[in-house]
Order: sequence, then structure tokens, then C-alpha cells
Amino acid sequence: MARIELRNARKSYGTVDVIKGIDLDIQQGDFCVFVGPSGCGKSTLLRMISGLEPITSGDIVIGGEVVNDIPAADRGLAMVFQSYALYPHMTVRQNLSFGLENINTPKSEIAAKVDDVAKMLQIEQLLDRRPKDLSGGQRQRVAIGRAVVREPRVFLFDEPLSNLDAELRVDMRGEITQLHSRLQNTMIYVTHDQVEAMTMADKIAVLRAGELEQFGRPLDLYNRPCNIFVAGFIGSPKMNFLKGRVSQDDPARLALETGETVQIPPTGFGQKPGAEVTLGIRPNHMTIAPDGPIHLTVKSVEQLGGEAYIYGVLQDGQSLTLHMPGQIGANIGEVLTLAPQSQEIHLFDTANGLSLREG
Amino acid sequence: MAKVISFLTATRGKGRLHWTDWVSYGYLCLGIFLMFGPVVWLVLSSFKTPNELDRFPPRFLPYAQETLEIEGYDSPLLAFVVTEGELAGQTVGQTRRAAGRAEVVVPANPSERIRLQADTLDPIEHIAFATENYTQLFERFNFLRFFWNSTFITVTATILMLLFNSMAAFALSKYEFRGRTTVLLMVIGTLMVPQTVVLVPLFLIVTELGMFNSLWGVIIPGAATPTGVFLLRQYMITIPDEILDAARMDKASEWKIFWRIILPLSAPAIAVLAILAIMWRWNDFLWPLIVLTRTENFTLQLALNSFQGELQTDWPSLLAMTVLTLLPIAAVFAFLQKYIATGIASTGGK
Repeated sequence: MARIELRNARKSYGTVDVIKGIDLDIQQGDFCVFVGPSGCGKSTLLRMISGLEPITSGDIVIGGEVVNDIPAADRGLAMVFQSYALYPHMTVRQNLSFGLENINTPKSEIAAKVDDVAKMLQIEQLLDRRPKDLSGGQRQRVAIGRAVVREPRVFLFDEPLSNLDAELRVDMRGEITQLHSRLQNTMIYVTHDQVEAMTMADKIAVLRAGELEQFGRPLDLYNRPCNIFVAGFIGSPKMNFLKGRVSQDDPARLALETGETVQIPPTGFGQKPGAEVTLGIRPNHMTIAPDGPIHLTVKSVEQLGGEAYIYGVLQDGQSLTLHMPGQIGANIGEVLTLAPQSQEIHLFDTANGLSLREG
Repeated sequence: MAKVISFLTATRGKGRLHWTDWVSYGYLCLGIFLMFGPVVWLVLSSFKTPNELDRFPPRFLPYAQETLEIEGYDSPLLAFVVTEGELAGQTVGQTRRAAGRAEVVVPANPSERIRLQADTLDPIEHIAFATENYTQLFERFNFLRFFWNSTFITVTATILMLLFNSMAAFALSKYEFRGRTTVLLMVIGTLMVPQTVVLVPLFLIVTELGMFNSLWGVIIPGAATPTGVFLLRQYMITIPDEILDAARMDKASEWKIFWRIILPLSAPAIAVLAILAIMWRWNDFLWPLIVLTRTENFTLQLALNSFQGELQTDWPSLLAMTVLTLLPIAAVFAFLQKYIATGIASTGGK
């Protein structure tokens, strides 16, 4: 168990900066998820923490100790890889024991620990098989077991569920969360799937192009995204963005590019009269109202019984998604009038994408 | 066994033979004849006596002429059957033969010598294996010494070669360092230099290092081969880096990663290289010929060569030793051949 701090951590390959100075403080026992689109550097950041990738500048501090020059093996971390990276020529038991053998654990102790972990992860009956004889989910369990058996200070997971099918992924997600609550270790989990991030994390770090966009609790990120990128990335379906200009004489009126005018909260956001702003509204934060300001032409409807998704276009051709509970009788081609719930509105500066929320 | 038979007798036509069956079986039989004909001929010839080897036209099986113990003669006489004249059908022993005439005796009457035309005599022969060809290898020559020299060179050189080549291949495939490509290109570049070109400088170095006329002089210069490094490197590249990372996270040292992860996972490629190395070393002739000049250091190949004199060749010994030289390499092939297909297929080599 340990606290992990990154202080202006950077990584460059030649002249290409991959990680552009990240400051992060992960508390002891936290389940922290790094999330971001592919190529954002989240896996690289994880490998920098693990020690498999040297850092170019800055500091990585684990448990109060700067570990920049400490090799991966001596940092006391364990990692679960995307491809599982099990040793194909060893049985499951040998896979689990390998790390313990390397630190000269007595044989009887190795056997006891391996048995404990195998029981915990329900892989006892697989101990004498080789990785190629296991299914994807079983391999994943073994990979997690290999990390757990060494009792590391910190667990690192590098997209561990991305090779599993959807159903198994949900199961394993639950198991990893349970594992965390049982072991109470610090865990860092990398994924590109924001659902995984939202459901598992104590803290989420949203990364984009080598920079930390926002770090915080899942619901804080959802409720108070600090910029358009985070707002669009967290939450499914994606938040809708409508560009417009704040009225010169009334800061509570926003003239959209479509020509429609929307009421926005006059306070809480530091919008200036005449400013170019982007209104963000989640698909489930709009209601169908006869006098609503937004006109949506329905293009397709997905009825799931308990909920419904409506995809349509605005007058200027921009697409917009609507998510409603229950069942909705909307026909393709029909024009719906929508009203955003004013307390759920987000406002961003169109020029730099930052949230205009005050406080 | 049933599987083997059904495999060997597989046909395309059901019930009767399709024309492609004739063609393929004909082709396969021709292949067997071309491949195994010389080997079978060699093995049978190695059991022939010198007389039988000189005989023209040659015969397939080794034969020996029967002899008769006849009273009054110190050594056994060669046995013949007379084909013509009054003695026709009788078995006689030959005492002398000269200028187309032979002097023979009938076993029942040893004192009477009869002169006959040599072409009326037909030799009595039976199939006999001249095993003395083999026994004299051990009696007259120091076969075991040569065999030991060859074995020692082959085994030691193969082990050293596998060790050094796999370490070099590991470094060249899995470590990022400045000049890696240059090193690799240099290694591969040496493939383009023919051995004959470096023969003299290599000899000078070996002599300078005091390894002339020592088995190590044969072993060490060949311990690193560009082919081996390249073959293993190509295979090791296919081992995922994540496995090595996982091992590093498991606190394995780089040396341990090499022994416990890389080597076992490269087993097919290493087996291929082992087979090649054993064949190269066992059959190596030119370099041992240059470095080893004293008979007690000779390898089998050099010993075989020494049977071939300027004026005469000791064919029976030569053939017998050739057979014995072939056996180990055939055994190695039999044991390791299952790796060849997988290894070569996955290394993309050859």
C-alpha cells in the first residue's frame, strides 16, 4: 500500500513529447483509473510508474520515496498486462510461483500462497494447465493471480479487460472491484472505456495527448467537467454541444448558431455579454416540451423498453442525441421541440474549451 | 501402425488407382531410390571383402567363396564346382591357378593333382558379411580416438555456439541500444565473406593463440556464427515484449529472463540450430584438416581422408568407417527432426 505522486513527469521519444508534464497525487488505497482516447499516453504513463519505461524528467514518488532510478523489479509493484503476458511454457502454478521464486521465498510458503490466491480467484482446478489451454477469462484470472500472489504495494492494470467479450468484461469488472475492497491496495487501472472508469474508480484521471485534463471523483467529473473534452468523454451517450453567442443585453439568453434562443442560468457561469460560448447538455437532461426552444428532426429511434434513444439533427444539420426514460412514440421525420433542464446546463468557452463554471 | 499403413497406401481413386496415384507413387519410389540407393549400396559394400569390391560387374550383396580343408594342405583351398569334362559336377579345391589353367584336387583323393581349364571351374559362394572390415577399424586404427575427437568437437562446439548465439540474438532482438542495427548488419555482413578468404588470417590467429593442433583450435573459431545469430534473432523477435516486462515486474534478473523465459520459448529455433550445428561440425573437413596435423587429434573426417592414399585406397576400411560416421548424425536427425518443421516454419529461415 502506498501513495503515488507524479511531479511534472515527462516522457519524450527524441523530439516527440508523449507525456507533457503530469502532476498527480494518488492517495493510499485509492482505485485510480487513467482514461482517455487511444494514443493519449495513458499506458505510457502507467509504464513510467511501473519503471518499465524510464522517465525523461520530473519525479515519480511511491510511498514517499523518489523511484526515478529504481528498476521496475524493486519498486514493489505488480502489473497485469493487456495481453495477459502469461509465460506460455509454464503451468499456471509455475506462472504464479515465478515471482515468488525470484525473491527466494521458501517452497512451502510459495505453495501455500499460490493455493490461497488460486482459491480466492477460483482457479484451483487450472493450476496444472498451461496458458494455451485456458479461456480468455481464465487467463485473465491467472494474470491477476500472478500480481496478487506477490502482495505488492500497488497494482497496475493495463487495459486488462479489453480482450474479453462484453459479458465477461462486466463480470471481471465486478471481481476487480471486489478484489480492491478486499485487499485495500492502491490500484491504478488504465482503460479507454469510460464506463469501466465510472463504475470502478475512486478517482479518475482523464488524459488527452499526454496531458492531464482532469483528476477527480467520477461523479465530480460527470457533474462538473472542467472542459469540453472531459464533458464529451465522460458519460454515455456523449454530451451534446451547441455553439452560440451570449446576448449583449441579457446574460441569461443564448443565441444558438441554429438561430434559436435558449435560456441559460444567469449566475454560476462567468459568461460575458456577447461572448462565444458552447452549451453542453447531456442527452438525458432535456425534456420534450411544446414550447421548447430547440427543434429536432428525428432521424432514428432506439426503443429499449425501459428507455429510449432518439437521434436527430438540428436546423443547421448538427446532430443531437436525446435519452428519455420509458417509451416514446416518435416517428422518423417528426420535429420535436426540446427544452434543456436549466440546472443541468454546462457552458464552455468556445475558443479554449474551458468550463465557464464559477467556483 | 494401422495409421502408418493407411497413410502409406492412401490413394486418390476409390477402389482402383487414379492416374495421379501412379504418378505420385512412381515419383515417390524414384525419390526413395535416389535418396536411399547410395546409402544402401554403401552399407552393403562396407561388408564386402577387397576381392569382392574389385569385382566387375559389381554385385549387390556381399559374397564369400567357400573353402575346403583338405588333408596335406596347410591352408584351406578355394572351393569350385567343375562344369565340364569327366569331373563335371564334382567339388574340387584349387591349389594353383596361372595363365588360364588351374590345378585342383578332389577332396577324396588329395594326393592327385588335376590340371583343368580355369573357365570350366565355377566358384562355390555364399552370402557373407565381412565384419572384419569393422573389427579391424578398432584393431588396426584408433577408431575410438577419432570418434571421441569428433564427438568432443561436435558437442562442445554446438553447446558453445548455442549459448553465444542465443545470447547475441537476445541482445539484438530485445534490447534497444545505440548501434543495434549496425551490429546486426555487421553480423549478417560476415555471411558474405567466404570462409576461404579468412582461412589464412584465421589460421594465423589460432596459431598465435597456441591452439594449433588442439581441438579447441577447431571449436572456438566457429563458436559464433552469423547464421545462428540471425536465425535465433528472427525467432526471438516474435516473443512478445510484454512477457519480458511481466518477468521484470516479477523481479526476474535479465539473466534469469534469458534462461527461464527466452531460452524455453526459443526451443524450436534452438533445436533447428542445434541440428545444423551438429551437422556442420560433424561433417567439417577443411578447417580441422588445416588445424589438426597430428594423427591422435584427427577427427573421423580426417581419418577417412587418410585412408585415401596417393597410390592406393583402403576401400573396406574407408567404407566401414563412413558407415560408422553416418550413424550418429542419422540418430540426431531421427530424434530432433520433429522440431525442424516447426522451427523452420516459425523462424522463416531457409
